Amino acid sequence: MKRIYVNEKWCLGCHLCEYYCAFANSGKDDMAKALKGVKINPRIRVEEGEKINFAVSCRHCEEPLCVKSCITGALTIKDGLISFNKDKCVGCYTCIMSCPYGCIMPDGSGHAVQKCELCTKNACGEPACVKGCPNQAIVFEER
Amino acid sequence: MKREGEIRIPSGCAISGVISKSGKSINGREMITSISTMHDRSNGLGGGFAGYGIYPQYPDLYAFHVFYDSNKSREECERFLDRHFDIINLSKIPVRKSDKIIAEPLIWRYFVEPLKTKLKDSKLDEKEFVSKCVININSNIEGAYVFSCGKNMGIFKALGYPEDVGEYFRLDEYEGYAWTAHGRYPTNTPGWWGGAHPFGMLDYSIVHNGEISSYDSNRRNIEMYGYKCTLQTDTEVITYIIDFLLRKKGLSLEEAAKVIAAPFWSTIDHMDEEEAAQARYLRAAFSNLLITGPFSIILGFEGGLMALNDRLKLRSMVIGEKDDRVYMASEECAIRVIEPELDRIWSPNGGQPVIVTLDSCKDKIFIK
Amino acid sequence: MAVNYLYPEYEIVRDTNKCIACRVCERQCANEAHWFDPEQDKMVCDNAKCVCCHRCVSLCPTKALKIVKSDHTFRENANWTAKNIKEVYRQAGSGGVLLSSMGNPEPYPVYWDKILLNASQVTNPSIDPLREPMETVTYLGKKPTKIERDKNGKIINNLAPQLKLSTPVMFSAMSYGSISYNAHESLARAAEELGIYYNTGEGGLHEDFYKYGANTIVQVASGRFGVSKDYLNAGAAIEIKIGQGAKPGIGGHLPGIKVSEDISKTRMIPLGTDAISPAPHHDIYSIEDLRQLVYSLKEASDYKKPVIVKIAAVHNVAAIASGIARSGADIIAIDGYRGGTGAAPTRIRDNVGIPIELALASVDSRLREEGIRDSVAVVVGGSIRSSADLVKAIALGADACYIATAACLAMGCHLCRSCQAGRCNWGIATQRPELVKRLNPDVGYKRLVNLVRAWDHEIKEIMGGMGINSIESLRGNRLMLRGIGLSEKELAILGIKHAGE
Repeated sequence: MKRIYVNEKWCLGCHLCEYYCAFANSGKDDMAKALKGVKINPRIRVEEGEKINFAVSCRHCEEPLCVKSCITGALTIKDGLISFNKDKCVGCYTCIMSCPYGCIMPDGSGHAVQKCELCTKNACGEPACVKGCPNQAIVFEER
Repeated sequence: MKREGEIRIPSGCAISGVISKSGKSINGREMITSISTMHDRSNGLGGGFAGYGIYPQYPDLYAFHVFYDSNKSREECERFLDRHFDIINLSKIPVRKSDKIIAEPLIWRYFVEPLKTKLKDSKLDEKEFVSKCVININSNIEGAYVFSCGKNMGIFKALGYPEDVGEYFRLDEYEGYAWTAHGRYPTNTPGWWGGAHPFGMLDYSIVHNGEISSYDSNRRNIEMYGYKCTLQTDTEVITYIIDFLLRKKGLSLEEAAKVIAAPFWSTIDHMDEEEAAQARYLRAAFSNLLITGPFSIILGFEGGLMALNDRLKLRSMVIGEKDDRVYMASEECAIRVIEPELDRIWSPNGGQPVIVTLDSCKDKIFIK
Repeated sequence: MAVNYLYPEYEIVRDTNKCIACRVCERQCANEAHWFDPEQDKMVCDNAKCVCCHRCVSLCPTKALKIVKSDHTFRENANWTAKNIKEVYRQAGSGGVLLSSMGNPEPYPVYWDKILLNASQVTNPSIDPLREPMETVTYLGKKPTKIERDKNGKIINNLAPQLKLSTPVMFSAMSYGSISYNAHESLARAAEELGIYYNTGEGGLHEDFYKYGANTIVQVASGRFGVSKDYLNAGAAIEIKIGQGAKPGIGGHLPGIKVSEDISKTRMIPLGTDAISPAPHHDIYSIEDLRQLVYSLKEASDYKKPVIVKIAAVHNVAAIASGIARSGADIIAIDGYRGGTGAAPTRIRDNVGIPIELALASVDSRLREEGIRDSVAVVVGGSIRSSADLVKAIALGADACYIATAACLAMGCHLCRSCQAGRCNWGIATQRPELVKRLNPDVGYKRLVNLVRAWDHEIKEIMGGMGINSIESLRGNRLMLRGIGLSEKELAILGIKHAGE
């Protein structure tokens, strides 16, 4: 299965992936309209260190702890893709605590979580973070 | 209007050639008949012939055919010839006057051999000496133009349709073992006698149909080696390239064909290793002598003819065979008209040389 | 300084309706022209710091930014232009030599733009490169003077060493130091994939790049940085750099601040020291000395590699080229006055040398007049901007072209001409690790490959139109060129006719 991988060697820490992610999942057709004056809550986050940057998003683990820990069946895995059903989520945040990568976060409503679903549920077509990365540090490929 | 040489003139054409491998006589009339069937490929602005073996009385002398604009240029040229050659025989070339051939220059023929002392002083070999003298006359003596200078061969050319030119020069009175002929279709000039084909250098003569796109590249390269392209025609530069490759560099005809109509790199990659190495070498060594653009040529030389097309075969050419004779022409009709019953007729591929020599010359690998 | 004589040259224009304050401009500007002001809750900028490199413009996700030339003006004066006045202010302030980068930007004539190409009509068919073979393979090196045969009459391969190019383009010298590791890797990998060559420049060859040796030209310049026997034998050819178009008559200068651990090792000089190349080679004070160096290098490389001598196009370039052709060199490289550089004194860059078009034409003509054009290949650089320039160069007489500015552009350079500052926002002309990593060689090399392939397609289209199906039939084919709006003298030097003739 194609997954998103990040090569920290080429990650510039520019944070563009976060903005492209937020825009892609905003449901709006204009980035300024979507993000102007908004504190974004992206599903990919750039971890910054002294000399190293690394964008982190859901790894789509083969044996996902989040799915195992989900008490309502809101998180499921199908063909390798871990998807999230907001209607089933009760906002218990167990998944957030169980994800070793910190890739699941509250969605801002306070009642549910959000996570990367490889842009399969928005109009982007392919992962927006990958498309928007200026240095090909984020790639979407089979490994 | 500018004359040929002052301006470059593209032209289309018809060509024809015949050789008897056993060296039997072929009358000039046959070539006239052959080329006249391709009348529409010429426009009356140039025609010509080359005959090989036509001067058996002087086989070892250089036969110079010269056009003069005036007696003044003739006198100047003859003074030059006197200083460099023994003139064994000189005369006007006999012609049959006709109202179809106009703007006639004076046309003279000289049978000469280089003066031994001059030749020795020049430290050149004999052929180089002769060719240098000819280039010198053509570029420096105004109104004089040597258009044929080989041994036991001669070029005859004029403004007019080729069949009229043949009649004018009374070619029915000449017998040779090989002939070539040419009808010309220049595109933007009244034409000039010297610009007609064949073009010759020593015993090499070229008739050519096409317009080469590599002209200036070839010209500028060959001019480094002592040639001067005074006519600015394709035929002239092709003749010099052939003279350079065969006589000065000692290539064989096949090798020379691999230079001027070089196989494509993609073709070379599929050759066996030895052949590929040779082809690569020739392309790299003589890259500036590759000729591109459409051409079909017949090269006449002492003892044979070679026909060659450009590597894409952008000009027509067919080969006919009957008994000991081989025919080469732009169109099949030009062969059928003189030999209706052929043993074989075929069309060579682009860049594939067709080399026919007298049986007596067969063992000569290199034609120098 | 209490008085600031210099008003910013460029203004950063931000469309506040579009700006989402993502701060990518701030993070990506090494000149620190942008920042977020929490008090005003918006992005602000300092125009004085902007070098017009477009990094922020290119990365801004909402296209909220543009850079415009300031319309601030001095009182109009056709003699004392703003440029003249500002340079006086700068020098009066610093007391220093003005430094610039990349090629001469002044409005001298560009002859490429005054030359038109030919095409076939009726008398000679044009050739369709999509349907017929169209060849751009080029061999660079000496042509043999005589044919030698073995006892069976077979031709002996007596060709001097040659460089085989799949298309007549090479990446010209840019040293490791002046440009980054990733830029070098991009060039090396692109050269390998394209079947052409890149050039190390005078900074030696990083040990990681020895594996690209078959597609590498190693340079020997007056500073001899990084030169060793291994280095000389690592590449496919050796280039002696006498001069470069951007700064004829002076040597390279790499400030110590750029001499990092890796560069110090590659150049074989102490860490942090200035790498200043002498103006001349101190073993070449005349043409016979050059001959000795040519043969020393051939000796060191066992006569297996062609030797290139690179010179800047200066007034008597034809005579110099003739001398080089007789020095044993296999290839002459000529760099025109618009050739780029990582740093040059402005006055020299903008006033010394001549256009490559005229230099090439006169060198090619001179070598032919002397009958020695076949004893050497001619490669030209110094602002070949497109495949059309390249075709014109070949038709004027070049065997191949060197490109460097175009290669930098392909890798992202925006010609802000501030390389000397070492803060290249595109990761090319810098050694700062956080900037170097901005050029991912996977991206850079692919863009270089794309560029050269695109040019190759265009060359083939243009050649086909002329009825030419192999690049060697274009070489020196000046009948394919016509001048437009040129004087008799210019036409005579270029050896071409005027359009309509």
